[in-house]
Amino acid sequence: MTRLSLDRPALRPDALAPSRKRRRAPRWALGLVFPVAVGLFWEIGAMSGLISTRLIPAPTEIARTLAALASDGDLFGHSLTTTLRVLSGFVLGATVGTVLGAATGVSERFCAIFDPTLQALRNIPSIAWTPLFILWFGIFETSKVLMIALGVFFPVYLTFSGAIASVDRRLVEVGRIYGLGTTTLIRRILLPASLPTYLIGLRNGLGLGWMFVVAAEFLGASKGLGYLLVDGQQTGRPAVIISSIVMFALLGRVTDRLLAWTGARFTGWEDGFARKAVA
Amino acid sequence: MIEMHQVSKRFGTGLLAVSGLDLEVEASEIVAVIGPSGCGKSTVLRLIAGLDIPTTGSVRVAGHMVRGPDPSVGVVFQEPRLMPWLSVERNVSFGLARRPGDQALVAEAIERVGLGAFAGALPKELSGGMASRTAIARALVTKPPVLLLDEPFSSLDAFTRVDLQDHLLEVWGWYRPTMFLVTHDIDEALVLADRVVVFGGRPGSIQTEVIVDLPRPRDRTDKSFHSFQDLAMGELRRSSGDRFASPVS
Repeated sequence: MTRLSLDRPALRPDALAPSRKRRRAPRWALGLVFPVAVGLFWEIGAMSGLISTRLIPAPTEIARTLAALASDGDLFGHSLTTTLRVLSGFVLGATVGTVLGAATGVSERFCAIFDPTLQALRNIPSIAWTPLFILWFGIFETSKVLMIALGVFFPVYLTFSGAIASVDRRLVEVGRIYGLGTTTLIRRILLPASLPTYLIGLRNGLGLGWMFVVAAEFLGASKGLGYLLVDGQQTGRPAVIISSIVMFALLGRVTDRLLAWTGARFTGWEDGFARKAVA
Repeated sequence: MIEMHQVSKRFGTGLLAVSGLDLEVEASEIVAVIGPSGCGKSTVLRLIAGLDIPTTGSVRVAGHMVRGPDPSVGVVFQEPRLMPWLSVERNVSFGLARRPGDQALVAEAIERVGLGAFAGALPKELSGGMASRTAIARALVTKPPVLLLDEPFSSLDAFTRVDLQDHLLEVWGWYRPTMFLVTHDIDEALVLADRVVVFGGRPGSIQTEVIVDLPRPRDRTDKSFHSFQDLAMGELRRSSGDRFASPVS
């Protein structure tokens, strides 16, 4: 039995809309609320003398330092040096991690041969390598880039190898039905299926790259944001240190967003829960 | 078209899934296998598909010994198993080697399963029924002489299931492949098949066969259809040792 009535139309969803849709702030603006509030309290604290500006300079002081560093071109130069180091290390580490990760993910034999060693090496604290790398590769760019590459390598290797090994067996079976060989199977099923997880590995790797560059630049660099940190400490200028930290945060965030954004263009097919939160 | 001779399959775990199986399927024949879950009927399908290799006995398709998956055998799995990163169109063309004229074939296969308007859609945008249709189109596009279906509609609602069964018969008329269907749905078996094989026991073996000599399209509400339902249900109960029989009052 159907019951339809014309004189009492059902409440339509958009009848509720105006009250619910009360000019909501955009998402990015919400993300600014907390840091702006902290900055404000900080500034007030510094002005009122509650916070000692000798060790903790006020936000305006840091902004002035940043502007001064930027105007004489130093900031740009240091940032560029550091970014280039991270990027070369990232490309190198990610490439090797991808190749070895693919090999161990696809071939059980390859995994049995290499994975235990790599897992053991992974447990060595990164900084422990620094003296050795400097002895081996000198104090200039090579040792720094290799340090960063080492940091990038492990997360990329681990995630990619795991992602490939855990690709849905049922999809692989479809490939078998159509007679795909190992290389076509990798190209047409294993790689695309593991892409979303691989991207997370790449982003982890990039994050570690930014960490390792600091360790590398602490030891004998004459340029770069890490050098700026040490310089600020030795010349007793906390504003310079914090400026450098701010630049690390900015550059790290920007490069991560770029990577995530590029990746999202290839993983739009994913049917996951709350993708925005991860991106 | 399909010949299985004294086939047994024992898995690595020691489980004997199928034992002493003899089965023949003629060209263009539609054979359905019914049986309770866990009786090894899916194993039979995997043996024909070349996804598993028999422990003893021989499986032949078109006269050739099955030693692995072969392009002459298409499979529709229980789940659609679409590549989530490919559109409907590219999923359907997945098994085609790139040849000129393929595009037309893909378009025709998509049209035949009634998904013409969704060729560019991603799997996440499809309903369960549409995903199943895509899987059928993917299996058909290579026009394999043998088509194996492993409970292809079991996860769908009753309406969609009936709709897709009718649709499958229409598509079968395209080039009349030999079809081997595994199902636990008696109605599905009776609507589609020329012959229903009742499978059961542990290890699984053929208990009996029902020849469904009803004209197509078959009317699910017809009296003669009902008598086949009763017959098949009775055989299924008998073969499964009255596991499903209603308690005696």
